[in-house]
Amino acid sequence: MAKRVGLEVSLAVADAVKMSKAEVVSAYPITPQTHIVEELSHFVANGELDAAFIPVESEHSAMSAAMGSAATGARTYTATSSQGLALMNEMLPIASAMRLPIVMTIANRSLSGPISIWNDHSDIMSIRDVGWVQIFVENGQEAFDISVCAFKIAEDHRVLLPMGVNMDGFMLSHMIEPVEFPDQSDIDDFLPGFTAKMILDPAEPVTMGPVGVPEVYMEAKVQCEQALINSKPVVKEVLDGFAAKFGRQYNLVETNGKEGAKTLFVTMGSLGETVMTSVDEMNADGKDVGQVRIRLWRPFPQEEFLAAVKGADKLIVLDRALSPGGVRGPVASELASLFHGQADAPEIVNVVAGLGGRDVSVDEFKEIYETAQSGGFKDAYTVWGVMSNA
Amino acid sequence: MLEIRLHGRGGQGGVTSAELLARAAINKGSYAQAFPSFGPERRGAPVVAFVRVDDKRIRVREKIYDPNMVMVLDPTLLDIVDVAEGLKDGGVIIVNSSMDPDELKKKYGWNKVAQVNADTVAMEELGVPITNTTMLGALLKASGIVSVDDMEEVIQDRFGPKLGPKNFKALKRAFEETQVA
Repeated sequence: MAKRVGLEVSLAVADAVKMSKAEVVSAYPITPQTHIVEELSHFVANGELDAAFIPVESEHSAMSAAMGSAATGARTYTATSSQGLALMNEMLPIASAMRLPIVMTIANRSLSGPISIWNDHSDIMSIRDVGWVQIFVENGQEAFDISVCAFKIAEDHRVLLPMGVNMDGFMLSHMIEPVEFPDQSDIDDFLPGFTAKMILDPAEPVTMGPVGVPEVYMEAKVQCEQALINSKPVVKEVLDGFAAKFGRQYNLVETNGKEGAKTLFVTMGSLGETVMTSVDEMNADGKDVGQVRIRLWRPFPQEEFLAAVKGADKLIVLDRALSPGGVRGPVASELASLFHGQADAPEIVNVVAGLGGRDVSVDEFKEIYETAQSGGFKDAYTVWGVMSNA
Repeated sequence: MLEIRLHGRGGQGGVTSAELLARAAINKGSYAQAFPSFGPERRGAPVVAFVRVDDKRIRVREKIYDPNMVMVLDPTLLDIVDVAEGLKDGGVIIVNSSMDPDELKKKYGWNKVAQVNADTVAMEELGVPITNTTMLGALLKASGIVSVDDMEEVIQDRFGPKLGPKNFKALKRAFEETQVA
């Protein structure tokens, strides 16, 4: 019987990794780590999880060890956050180029300077282009469910790429909330063991990760990008398969609020839930507003997004990271590219909010909507909530 | 939706109180969130934690600005923190204090108070001035979100066979001794 438990979302993710029967967990165990790997180390120590736990000396080593592990054909997991992800950066594009299906949870937190431990998306946006499948979750149940799906997606022979599961630091990672745990036997049915396509094996030696001289580098990169683009239908297939088995449907892009609304909020991550409440309240007041939530970030679900916003004439795009010196925030820039050359492109209003853990409330989203309706956002992007004396 | 803000000092277990309450509500089939105020954790510094309980899925990730209830673990906070800030009309302040409820109402201008001398209860039942589980007894007296019995399982689970029964006893005693005015 599936059971419903109230627990910290980080611990629920650790349970998901345990129930997914990860075989190797390599992680740097202290700040900026979450409770995920601490809990996994308990599971390994007390025999609940038959895995090797490698407490490495840095995130750079965590990813290096994860790559070695995945190359031998082991189901491999790691987790990190903020500065830890930054320290891993050097290894991340190598993991995708070597087509190693590592699953990593990223508790999204700001990058320091000033020192910060709080939530935003500046960590993940700084590694946007490393060639990983990247997905965002909005709540604890989704963090559990998508973590299980991530192994199935990454290890699919049509994908064979590392996958990052992004969940907001603190607002999800440290939140106690209800999570329904499926039965182990159902997870086993859904997620069989990992069968690698090619492994490092002394008996049958192969080379992985060789030099890409100029004559082959571009071909290798294009193939790797093609693999990432081709992963989209597999992500969809796995999420649909999960829904068929467990009854919880996750789409690449989600919509809510008034159908056919002319103004849509665009969100990614847990702030989307606060916006959902705000949109519901505004709809009850007769406002013509809806919402589109981006779940899959890489590969970007272009067709699904365009279908979701069809008929809208204004998008209020929320970014939780700055692109300093750029034209807009990362999500809004993406969407501006997507609409380039389209005759019926909606206006994009870009609001950067919630940096470094700054709370954004239900009422503030109503203010943002009203400001957008009255043409109050005049610049390409607006950083919301900055005190006037800043 | 019921929203509760808990005030304590770092190390007093306010976050644990929030967690236990949310878990008991979830075990009963309700929806709940519990979360700390996400700051540098310094022993002794004023800290807050938050709990939401509802009978339907909670879709909001903001802090709690207008609570229905406020719980104060440490009486020394009353003169340095405006614990009643944003409290909804008719909202109750649940406080660990040796003062009687009417005195508290008069001194701080509060409308509704639930008072227990949790320091004494905790010292006598637990031998330490940690009032987090004790104060949950006062909160249940004031609100009835979950029953005293509903708390037993999560307290046993959290504190184990040695400390669990002591903490539950402190909670029950506080429930009996709490005065609501």
